[in-house]
Amino acid sequence: MAASCVRTVGSFLGKCGNSCSSINSVTSQLSRQVLRRQICVSSALHRKNQSNRTPPKFTAEFIEQQVEEFNIGKRHLANMMGEDPENFTQEDIDRSIAYLFPSGLFEKRALPVMKHPDEIFPKQKAVQWGEDGRPFHFLFYTGKQSYYSVMHELYNKIQNLEKYQDRLRAKGLFSQDVKQISLGSSRWLTKEEVEGVLVETITDHNYNRLIQLMERLLSMPYCALEEEFVMRYRQQLETQSRKQTVPPLQRDERGVAFSTAEGRRKTSNSTVVLRDCGSGKVSINGQESIRYFPVLQDREQLMFPLQFMDMLGRFDLECTVSGGGRSSQAGSLRLAISRALLSFLSEGEMENMRQVTVFRSVAAGLEGCSKLYAAVIGRFSVSQLMVLSAWRSCRWLTGQLFRPLALLKKLHLDKSFHIV
Amino acid sequence: YLYAHLRLSIFPLDTGCFHCSERIVQLPSWNGFVFVEAVVFIFLYGFQLVSSLFVSFQACHSEKHVGQFYTVPPAHVRIVFPYGLPRRYIEQVKTFNEACLMVRQPALEVISYLKKTDFSKPALRYVFYGVRGSGKSLSLCHTVHFCYTQGWLVLHIPDALRWVKDCTELLPSSYNTSRFDQPLQAVEWLRNFRTTNEQFLSKIKIKQRYVWTKREFTEEGSLLGELVDQGISRVKSSSDVVGALMKELRLQSGQPESNFRLAVAVNSVNALWGKSNIMKEDRSAVDPEELTLIHNLRKLMNNDWTGGAIITTVSQTGSVLIPKSAYLPQELLGKKGFDTMDPFVPVSVPNYSEKEFESCYLYYMDRHWLQHPQSLTEDGKKELIFLSNRNPTMLERICSSL
Repeated sequence: MAASCVRTVGSFLGKCGNSCSSINSVTSQLSRQVLRRQICVSSALHRKNQSNRTPPKFTAEFIEQQVEEFNIGKRHLANMMGEDPENFTQEDIDRSIAYLFPSGLFEKRALPVMKHPDEIFPKQKAVQWGEDGRPFHFLFYTGKQSYYSVMHELYNKIQNLEKYQDRLRAKGLFSQDVKQISLGSSRWLTKEEVEGVLVETITDHNYNRLIQLMERLLSMPYCALEEEFVMRYRQQLETQSRKQTVPPLQRDERGVAFSTAEGRRKTSNSTVVLRDCGSGKVSINGQESIRYFPVLQDREQLMFPLQFMDMLGRFDLECTVSGGGRSSQAGSLRLAISRALLSFLSEGEMENMRQVTVFRSVAAGLEGCSKLYAAVIGRFSVSQLMVLSAWRSCRWLTGQLFRPLALLKKLHLDKSFHIV
Repeated sequence: YLYAHLRLSIFPLDTGCFHCSERIVQLPSWNGFVFVEAVVFIFLYGFQLVSSLFVSFQACHSEKHVGQFYTVPPAHVRIVFPYGLPRRYIEQVKTFNEACLMVRQPALEVISYLKKTDFSKPALRYVFYGVRGSGKSLSLCHTVHFCYTQGWLVLHIPDALRWVKDCTELLPSSYNTSRFDQPLQAVEWLRNFRTTNEQFLSKIKIKQRYVWTKREFTEEGSLLGELVDQGISRVKSSSDVVGALMKELRLQSGQPESNFRLAVAVNSVNALWGKSNIMKEDRSAVDPEELTLIHNLRKLMNNDWTGGAIITTVSQTGSVLIPKSAYLPQELLGKKGFDTMDPFVPVSVPNYSEKEFESCYLYYMDRHWLQHPQSLTEDGKKELIFLSNRNPTMLERICSSL
């Protein structure tokens, strides 16, 4: 085996004329050495790889100077706009810049921006060793000092909590039902976000260990004492149902219960009045649903919230809608109907509806309102999606269909949604 | 024998039709047989009607039959409606292998008026109107079938819009140079007329001499059948033949010596006074007045003749340059049309009532047309009601094949 390798290596090296490593050295260290292969290199490769370039380093003085300039510029801007320089907030700055530099570009990142230098220049590690060359932090030589310091801190806190619990047990004051940290509306920071906070790269393994340790901290009953520390590594979510205000149930002169709600989708706005009459009449902008929505798909969109709660023939719908195209009008009406329906439902049913109907809008929101997602994901069950994606020719489609699911998984949200 | 015959005649019959047996004039005899046998059958066995969906021939329809289906005998379908039924309905007929029409209030109303017409007075005009897909054409067909079974002479123009739109061949008229002929449409219509009114062709004689070309003429006193054959064989003069036919029938229908009643049934009558799609060689639009067929038909629409009735529908579907929201007779007929048609009896054709919807739904279930398991449940029915808004066409489209 070794002999044949030598022969190939030898011939190879002979062919390429590599004179750097002699054949003797190769034979002796064959198992260990990485065989150096001479490949044809083009001149392009000699140019430095652009993306591997390290980001430019900014010194602390430079950043300070930028901050000064920013403050002076802020006062100038306030002067220009005729406002009070002392109380000129960031919102005012944004407004003024948008006014002074109007732009028709859609990409937000291409518009002119004036923000505090801390938000513009990437966070950089301050100099970590003194004049004598000795590093300041005791964990400097681990290579990831912030990460390991966080881990140490966490473990310290866990040990302190355990000691605290032991003391309470000794006094007999230990109780299980202490106020817990409410985690329902937040999620763990992703690896990239943690890297941003710590200003250093960490591996997946590191990230998983951090999360594990955090979970261990949270499993202890008295973790509420360290809530502020934990919350530093959690991102608040905008949950729909927290902000969802149930429209009040009103009664008109005849005693018939009705509720009003609004909905929006893309550029359409709609209002729906849901009356508890017992007839299934639907009127949209004064016209019948068949006249206003000749396409079956739009009428199905109107039907879904009522069908889900089995209340099809019960309500009278009086809708007004404007703006957008036919699909977005139907979508906005659907949202308005679901909202108006909330006032006729109990809490459990409302939660049920949220988990199903919100999935569609969350998917749309996450992926930027792509019609394909919203239409496909919202209308098919997971089993049907699997069947669809089983076609070999639709492998791309499979990937696309499950992207929202994959993203949700990444955000640790997959458990909180019931996928229908 | 009883069983076999009943199976052929489809379903047990409603007992309410006793009194009507003497009114049946010109029906094929087997219908009467079935009726009598069914009565005997019911007497003998005295059982509850299995399917109250279906009723017998429509001559004896009354208020309590609203919502029930009746079958047009296949022979009648071929004769009365060679080209009369809406396209989707023809497909349904082919699929179910039978032509079942629902008995609905508007058609019943017009039929009751027709039964009571005084034939010495000028012809009354009835106009079916309603939203798109509410069943106007089929109500017209129901009425036409009734007239046929009562032995009237039926002048059925299944779609006046076909004469006003997309005409490929347009000849300058030989009779009047300012007008245009439509030979293909005229020939087609004459053929259908011949199929429907076979029995009258040999009975009616024309009272005037018509000269078609230098050598062709139709003598006074010859049969109507000859006139029609002349039109079919000589395509060039077919539009004028149509005009002559209409004139003859109009003049003869009220006379005491003629023994026929004339029923003029026009679908989408608003085409006569609307705009047309056809263009002349110099790309200017053709006014419907300039078309021979339309011109003669308009003369028929006037109520200056007696001994019959004019039944029409107005529809927006397929009409040229009319907004989709228009469905009332005044909007669709326009000023000229309304003035001509005035006074008329407007008959509104609404969407299905609850009972009618139920009946239609049960009919589809009975025919195993609704295959989805969800559609057979209560919830499925509610879905259908919501999505179709009880509109007959919409319901048919939702339930139809892909």
